Amino acid sequence: MSWRRLWAIVIKELRQMRRDRITLAMIVGIPVMQLVLFGYAINTNLRGLEAGISDQSNTAGSRALVMDMLATGVIAPVARADTPEELMTMLRRGRISVGIVVPPDFERRRLDGRAVAQILVDGSDNTVQGAAVQLAQVPVDNWVPDARAPMRSTPNEGRISIVGFYNPQRRSAVNIVPGLVGVILTMTMVLFTGIAIVRERERGNMELLIATPLISAELMIGKVLPYIAIGLVQTSVILALGRWLFVVPINGSLLDVYVAAVLLIMANLTLGLLISTRAQSQFQAMQMAFFIFLPSILLSGFMFPFAGMPKVAQWLAEILPLTHFLRLIRGVMLRGASLWELWVDVLALLAFIVVMMTAAILRFRKRLD
Amino acid sequence: MSAGDDGIAIRVHGLTKRFGSLVAVDHVDLTVPGQHVYGFLGPNGSGKSTTIRMLCGLLTPSEGEIDVLGLRIPAQAEALRSRIGYMTQKFSLFDDLTVRENLEFMAAIQGVPKTRTARRVDELIEQYHFSDRQKQLAGTMSGGQKQRLALACAVIHGPELLFLDEPTSAVDPESRRDFWEKLFELADAGTTLLVSTHLMDEAERCHRLAILDQGVLVADGTPSELTAKLYGHTFIVEADDPRRAQRALVDAPEVLGVAQVGNTLRVLTHAGGVDTGGAGQYLRDLLGRAGQVVKVHAAQPNLEDVFVAVTRKSRQEERMA
Repeated sequence: MSWRRLWAIVIKELRQMRRDRITLAMIVGIPVMQLVLFGYAINTNLRGLEAGISDQSNTAGSRALVMDMLATGVIAPVARADTPEELMTMLRRGRISVGIVVPPDFERRRLDGRAVAQILVDGSDNTVQGAAVQLAQVPVDNWVPDARAPMRSTPNEGRISIVGFYNPQRRSAVNIVPGLVGVILTMTMVLFTGIAIVRERERGNMELLIATPLISAELMIGKVLPYIAIGLVQTSVILALGRWLFVVPINGSLLDVYVAAVLLIMANLTLGLLISTRAQSQFQAMQMAFFIFLPSILLSGFMFPFAGMPKVAQWLAEILPLTHFLRLIRGVMLRGASLWELWVDVLALLAFIVVMMTAAILRFRKRLD
Repeated sequence: MSAGDDGIAIRVHGLTKRFGSLVAVDHVDLTVPGQHVYGFLGPNGSGKSTTIRMLCGLLTPSEGEIDVLGLRIPAQAEALRSRIGYMTQKFSLFDDLTVRENLEFMAAIQGVPKTRTARRVDELIEQYHFSDRQKQLAGTMSGGQKQRLALACAVIHGPELLFLDEPTSAVDPESRRDFWEKLFELADAGTTLLVSTHLMDEAERCHRLAILDQGVLVADGTPSELTAKLYGHTFIVEADDPRRAQRALVDAPEVLGVAQVGNTLRVLTHAGGVDTGGAGQYLRDLLGRAGQVVKVHAAQPNLEDVFVAVTRKSRQEERMA
């Protein structure tokens, strides 16, 4: 291994990058664009769902219950109906997403401790169902004037207290920004190195390089090093913007955040390199990168809760670097944990890096056939 | 030193490369003496590039033995890398690096000592006339300039042996002449050069050359040896209607090739037991029967005639086999 040759590759990559405007734009543009998109547009705490209300009881108590539901801000009343059937029609037609039915015998049911109201939900949208759960948590007994009435416990008390602790305002940006660091790094890093070797093959540079004393480890490591720096720049951009635009806290140590980021960056870069040694064209490399990217977004726990996924999906997710990174970054940034406490995932990422780098170096042949 | 003790740089025996059922290179034997410009002449797809790639150790031969600078290839290919320079057919330097950056990069990769790099790069920039273009991006240069840069990069570490795969196929005649001057300077300085080409005028400049056709080495020797041994006769035919005369000649069994040159035809016939006079008479008779009034005179054979003769011959033998 010659440091001089390794360094020559690093310098060459940096010089080429500096002259490649699209890549340069990608380095900063993607994090900014994604952060703003995800941070502002994706809001899993729905507000203002269109709701229809059918209060058949129309007593002081029933009106108070409806008012409490409206006060959560989750729903906004757009229609009133006399019967539940009317609400169902509106629901089917998409005029409303949520229907609230208070039956005529509301007061009787309340005293008996039976279900007092029904929430009709447009089940075609996952997030609306989530919102309905929120609505159902409106305590029924707040306005009970009769102390003898049986107390109904709120079903999701535990969860509320957790959310309240780490993200009291239930702002999704706080949950999304740390994960977004991982998603953006996965997206850009795999792609950058994914095309790194193929591009040289396509442009014919590779035939020249393999006819020189350059060895594969020098080439591979030389290609990875500059992108680690790029990845750290991206991480900093996301963290700074997250702080500035969405007031996302970093409860743990900043050093731990960067160490975790370096681990993910290297995992993705080495994965990209492996892709690059396999792919025949830049286009093919991009397709392959997509195969990594999609499961990463869907299975890692970034979009959907990891615990809710079927076992097979969980096993798959354990292979993906992003899954482990998400556990690290959420732990460090939101719960204030240290990397030592999260050593399992650190180890998983390290193992991934070693396996991928070795595979890439072994797969790369200084031959054309 | 550019070659082994016996002055031979490359020795190849029975070299064969198959890609599936296609035989790209078919049992080629080759001896390239050191400090020569050795040419590979052949049409596209004749196996020139494949042969060069096998000689550099970039492709593994299906069969045969290769000895380059005393090293067995591909087994000792790594040891060979620092002693050779390779200029690929397609421009393979970095379009988005400047002239100087490309040279610096190749110097580092080829292991030119750091302390000597700057001097060596300056030297090459001077020699290859890039003094006013050091900071120009390689991708923005003309075909001729790119080839000059590629050559400068290929020789940056002072290789004993230089492989050039169709170096001038995208270059104007003026630049080609300059380029060949550089090649001879290198040969004079002790470098062995192996150059592939499909251009006759370039082949004629080589000290020695081998003619490849469909993967088979059909002839080799110095250009004058090859024309002297020409397997056929060359004639200039002046006809009133060269197109019709050509049609009359092209399918005749004794005619190897007909090419129109201005208002005349250049005709190559089989040697097949007749002398030049006999062959000339054969052509006159043939054209007379086709109603053409013509003048036929013998001409000095050139390398193109050799090329046509040997490739036709190998194809006819193949058909008969």
